[in-house]
Order: sequence, then structure tokens, then C-alpha cells
Amino acid sequence: MSRPVPESQPAHPRGHVVPVKVYLGVFLALCVLTAVTVAVTGYDFGPFNLIVALGVAITKATLVVLYFMHARYSPKLTGVVVAASLAFFVILVFLTLTDYVSRSWSLS
Amino acid sequence: MSETTAPAPGHPAPAGEHHPALQHHFADLDQQREAASLGMWVFIAQEVLFFGGLFAAYAVYRSQYPAAFSAGSHHLSWKVGFANTLVLIGSSLTMAMAVHSAAVGKARRVVGFLLATILLGSVFLGVKYLEYGEKIRPCLGDGPHAGCLVPGERFDASVLHLEGAEAGHAQIFYSLYFGMTGLHALHMIIGIPIILAIAFLAGRGRYSPEYHSPVEIVGLYWHFVDIIWIFLFPLLYLIGAH
Repeated sequence: MSRPVPESQPAHPRGHVVPVKVYLGVFLALCVLTAVTVAVTGYDFGPFNLIVALGVAITKATLVVLYFMHARYSPKLTGVVVAASLAFFVILVFLTLTDYVSRSWSLS
Repeated sequence: MSETTAPAPGHPAPAGEHHPALQHHFADLDQQREAASLGMWVFIAQEVLFFGGLFAAYAVYRSQYPAAFSAGSHHLSWKVGFANTLVLIGSSLTMAMAVHSAAVGKARRVVGFLLATILLGSVFLGVKYLEYGEKIRPCLGDGPHAGCLVPGERFDASVLHLEGAEAGHAQIFYSLYFGMTGLHALHMIIGIPIILAIAFLAGRGRYSPEYHSPVEIVGLYWHFVDIIWIFLFPLLYLIGAH
């Protein structure tokens, strides 16, 4: 009968109820960041273009996961699942790219 | 093992009577809710790797053919993608509000917010339909197929100002464009009827602050679909300076 101890306040028996203000704030932040990711395409940061675009996207995704998906208020086990999926995704992309970008010949 | 051999006395009832939504193999509603939500998170972890294969393919081909990807991306309308991103983020907000309304026990609002989510999701898919249409329509029939952007024999790289090998590389960009946005759209097409079913059940008073796991879980799914689009938008629509 052991079960994961919820991190949220025990005062709320059915999980954490996030205030509406938080949702609206996250929504506004997501809209602003979407505008930012479009606006930065007007500037050329050279090789950093991709890093800037991915940085904004990762920030947006983090906001969605933490607040809309309640990961911030969920048991630690949820965090473990999220971290594990990201770790395997990074292995998939990173190890694949170490091969392709280090070849002396191209695919063509 | 079966419910008939072990009726109500078979499990501990923590606070006198137990909630009708509590399944007999869980100790209490909290444990049931956390188990259900964890199961959805594990499914999402699998989805990350499902889409991950496409993202890995994208990373490989973009690193090999940056010019063709840039030209292909340039031809997509960033304004349409931008508007659709806002629509989808809006649908995530209404979904979050639906879960919130369920948690505080406002059943009618749950229905309203779920229907708003479906409406916004449908707008997104409608725009996607128009976007696909203008790329697919020129490929049909016996005409000259000018502007056809479906990879294959009829692919017209001249609208991208590409020729030779680069034209072929642009087909890879459009294969990934249709593959990634198509798989994303398929997830929405699957999600919408599920949300509709849960809105129906919410309208019949099935959920309460104590038990609304289905609303929470479909919310997790919908937000995940939103996250995929958050990455697809800059990677497909915004390559290179405009």
C-alpha cells in the first residue's frame, strides 16, 4: 500500500489546484515567445539561429510541461518519467548526429 | 482476482464509505489518480520517442542539405504557421481551464472549455487542410503540375528556385514536412473525439473534484500535442532569416 508521496500541499486532498491567474500568465508568455521566435528570424545570428529558435521552443515547452501539465505539482515519479524520455531522445538525436556530422563525405 | 468473489468488504474503506469511481485495486482515490496520470506520462514518454525518430531524421537531413531546407521552408507561409500556433496555444489554455474547472467542481464550465478546445483544434486542422490543399492540388490531373510540392515525380522545385540535386533535397524537406505535420494532425484528429466523449460525460455529471482523472489525462495528451507543434513551427516554417 506504499504510494508516492505527493509534493503538493496535503491541504488539497485531490492534487494541487493551480490558480487561473497562473494559466493566463503562462498563456501570455507563450504568445509573447511565439512572437519572439518569429521576430528573431529578421536577424541573422549565423550558426546561432538554430540555437535561438530551439532555446525559445524549449522555454515554451518547459512552461507547458510545468504549469499546463502540472508537472511542477506532480509526484517526483512524474519528473523521473519526463527526464527519462528526454534522456533517450537526446541519445537518439545526439548519437545519430555524431555519425553524420563527422563524415568526410556527404549523403549526396 | 474477480470482483464477484471479493465484494465491498474485500478492500479497506479509508473513510467509511468509498467513492463510486474508486476501483477496488486501489487503496484510495489519490493513489488511483496518481497511477492514472503516471500511466499517461509513460505513454507520452513513448510518444516523445515516436516523434523523436522524425526529429532525428530532420536533424540529419537539415545538417546535410541546409540550402534546400532553407528554400523549402521559405515557401511555407510563416504568417499562417504563426496564427495557427496562437490558435493551438489558445486551445491548450482552454484545456487547462477545463481541468481547472473539473478540479473545482464546475461541470458546466468543463463542458464549455472542452468544446472551446475542440473548436480551436478544428480551426487549426482547417487551416492545415488549406495549407495542404495548395501544395497538393497542383499535383492532380494531367496538367503541367506547376507548384506541386508533394514529393515524387510531379514535384515542382522551380517554385522554390532550385534545380538539379538541390531539387531532390527539397523533396526530402517536404517529405518531412508532410510526415511530421501529418503525424501531428493525426494526433489531433484522434484527440478531438476523445475530448468530445469526455465533454459528454462531464455534461452528465460524471466528474467531481474528487474524481476527474479522464479530464486531466486527456489534458495531458492535448498539451503534449501542443508541445510537438511548438517545435515543428520554428523548425519547419522559420528556417533562415526572412
